[in-house]
Amino acid sequence: MAQFRLPKNSVVGVGKTYPAPAGAKDVRTFRIYRFDPESGQNPRYDTYEVDMATCGPMILDALIKIKNEIDPTLTFRRSCREGICGSCAMNIDGVNTLACTRATEDVKGTVKIFPLPHMPVIKDLVPDLTNFYAQYASVKPWLQTRTPAPPDRERLQSKEDQEKIDRPAACILCACCSTSCPSYWWNGDRYLGPAALLAAYRWIVDTRDEATGERLDELEDPFKLYRCHTIMNCTEACPKDLNPAKAIAEIKKKMAERRH
Amino acid sequence: MSAYQFIDHYYDVVVVGAGGAGLRATFGLAHSGLSVACVTKVFPTRSHTVAAQGGISAALGNMGEDDWRWHMYDTVKGSDWLGDQDAIEFMCKEAPGAVIELEHYGLPFSRTEDGRIYQRPFGGMTTHYGKGTAQRTCAAADRTGHAMLHTLYQQALRHEAQFFIEYFAVDLIMDNGECRGVVAINMADGTVHRFLGHQTILATGGYGRAYFSCTSAHTCTGDGGGMVLRAGLPMQDMEFVQFHPTGIYGAGCLITEGVRGEGGILRNSQGERFMERYAPNAKDLASRDVVSRSMTMEIREGRGVGPDKDHIYLHLEHLGAEVIHERLPGIAETAKIFAGVDVTKQPIPVLPTVHYNMGGIPANYHGEVVTLKNGNPDSVVPGLMAVGEAACVSVHGANRLGSNSLLDLVVFGREAARHAAEIVKPNTRHRPLPKDAGDFAVSRIDRFRHAKGELKTAEVRLNMQRVMQNHAAVFRTSESLKEGVYKMQEVFQSFERVSVSDRGMVWNTDLIETLELDNLRSQAVATIVSAENRKESRGAHAHEDYPNRDDVNWMKHTLSWVDPQGAVTLDYRPVHLNTLTNDVEPVPPKARVY
Repeated sequence: MAQFRLPKNSVVGVGKTYPAPAGAKDVRTFRIYRFDPESGQNPRYDTYEVDMATCGPMILDALIKIKNEIDPTLTFRRSCREGICGSCAMNIDGVNTLACTRATEDVKGTVKIFPLPHMPVIKDLVPDLTNFYAQYASVKPWLQTRTPAPPDRERLQSKEDQEKIDRPAACILCACCSTSCPSYWWNGDRYLGPAALLAAYRWIVDTRDEATGERLDELEDPFKLYRCHTIMNCTEACPKDLNPAKAIAEIKKKMAERRH
Repeated sequence: MSAYQFIDHYYDVVVVGAGGAGLRATFGLAHSGLSVACVTKVFPTRSHTVAAQGGISAALGNMGEDDWRWHMYDTVKGSDWLGDQDAIEFMCKEAPGAVIELEHYGLPFSRTEDGRIYQRPFGGMTTHYGKGTAQRTCAAADRTGHAMLHTLYQQALRHEAQFFIEYFAVDLIMDNGECRGVVAINMADGTVHRFLGHQTILATGGYGRAYFSCTSAHTCTGDGGGMVLRAGLPMQDMEFVQFHPTGIYGAGCLITEGVRGEGGILRNSQGERFMERYAPNAKDLASRDVVSRSMTMEIREGRGVGPDKDHIYLHLEHLGAEVIHERLPGIAETAKIFAGVDVTKQPIPVLPTVHYNMGGIPANYHGEVVTLKNGNPDSVVPGLMAVGEAACVSVHGANRLGSNSLLDLVVFGREAARHAAEIVKPNTRHRPLPKDAGDFAVSRIDRFRHAKGELKTAEVRLNMQRVMQNHAAVFRTSESLKEGVYKMQEVFQSFERVSVSDRGMVWNTDLIETLELDNLRSQAVATIVSAENRKESRGAHAHEDYPNRDDVNWMKHTLSWVDPQGAVTLDYRPVHLNTLTNDVEPVPPKARVY
């Protein structure tokens, strides 16, 4: 029988509650996953009551307010605060998304915040993305050509051909998609996951790239590509409205086409 | 110090920062056969270059006639004659090649009908020395910075460059006036590392977070500038802080100038296109300092929009859904999320917002850091280079033109790598380090990690941001600046009473934010003291008591040194009015009208 219980050291305990200041009228409750690797203790949930009258509209604003005013030990990544750097990806209200573009008022009741699922946690909301980045690098995400480039001008590309890469190239590597994929949870060591496959697709369909065959060869593998079972969580999760599921399907189609 | 053991790494060159300039330098060095480490506090594609929207300037002439000399003229005029013309010539001449190179790397540029790189008009960019409007800004829709940063990171992967990611650089290792490397903390486990190189290239970006409202990312804390000041070296032209005309009211997020390049219009509460009054020729595409001042004037005179009449509307409804969808999709998304506005139907509420630091670490056009020493204003600091927004070359002078920043990153990132490859031989032996190398950094880490004062880091930071916002704004007066200098000194001192609650070694962001604040406070104080000192108006420094540019007394770069107590010493470097070659004549100073 498979063992479905969490190992003892990962059972999440109940941590501290930080009540709202007296007189606060518009209070929202944030229940946040905490893990301090140096404490020797299990992870816990801390509960923070935040006065929304003095807080910005986004989840990231609330996290920053908590860190600034209530508990400076709360740890998370953040940078651009406008949805383009991909740092603050986390699981909010059961969905992987960016804290900076998710409005608190769009979440009902207690706001539950976890790190991206099924990744090793370094501390609190900071996951270890080493494997995710290595998978991205493994698809050789750069232009490969044999024909020399024109010496003093750009390679030409039609507007229509540019459009094929325009959206796929807009990926911000936040990892919301890959870490929402059950197949990736199960086989994240060998299945490349939607983000890396979207990156592969971006180069496969780039009319300037001349390594399409090699790129497809690389993906011809029971795990790297074919562990996608069209669950579609990736597309659902993408905070940039990209469609990694479709990109993966297109790669599979190209594989099928070249076999016949 | 026994609690901290150094882990040493020897490289030919060390790069600090992995934004556009840092990445371009890193793989340029890797390509030339030097061993290089790139130390960065965020994963490379999270660097703030990613947020640049409108494009990168280069006189390609894809959409009409163009010439790099016109680009140079515009940049000199944009700089209000504080830019060094040799460096500006170099940048504008290199621009077409640098952009073509990016395309050859695979950057997904938007295209013209005939398949070439799409170029849009941008503020201050003209043809025939100010007579026509240039289409010079090469764009990948409205996420050019994202496209560029990812492309550069991809090239770094291709060249198998060595990265140390989520390592926070703390201090330079100085040895008798020469830089030998940096000390950095590995955030993942708190270990302390010494990165030793024959050249150390600082590509650490600007310090926008010294202000309360800025388009800059939370990570824009000028860490290189902080390190340089603590090493006893000066910063240059810190009084010149660019306010971008169109930050989203409230949130501060950037709305690209490309919106106006594509035909967007600013209107006041009377629906008037007021830029016609302030800049009859360029109108909404005057340079940023001019537009920001005009907007501020409108608001002051009671013609602002909104319930408090405290902002301005940016209209792009008239461009039509198709143009918006094709060329400005990111703006549509950002305006929806942060202002709740459907840009095909409603205007975006905007306000001039801190955006860019023209000032920085003084450097020559090769990227070598320079200082004023024994009367020589171009004295090179051995072993130390600086590129990108962290540096002041100075190609932007008193005011940067939009789309010249991405250009600055790739041109000088590339040149720094080229120059370093010229002066460093691969695998050169490292001399022994002084005994105390790195101890200064460790003493600071240890002090802050155990800091038990009564002020939270965030409190001190907020106080600083408010002083800077109120006293070093779009318009400045002697009285307000004097008061600002006094208050900023108080904030600087108050940092000694800071407290850090997180005592851990793993991912201690409480500690990192405190180290970042230490970097910010010294640059904030340098900024306000330099501003108080400059008795004229030039570019982004608009002084109401001295409303005119004064070339006789003030056509010079300000140098500022900050001592550990926050006392600022000022001196000057001459502006280079000479060009680099005979390909072009210098642009003589004249009145700046758009």
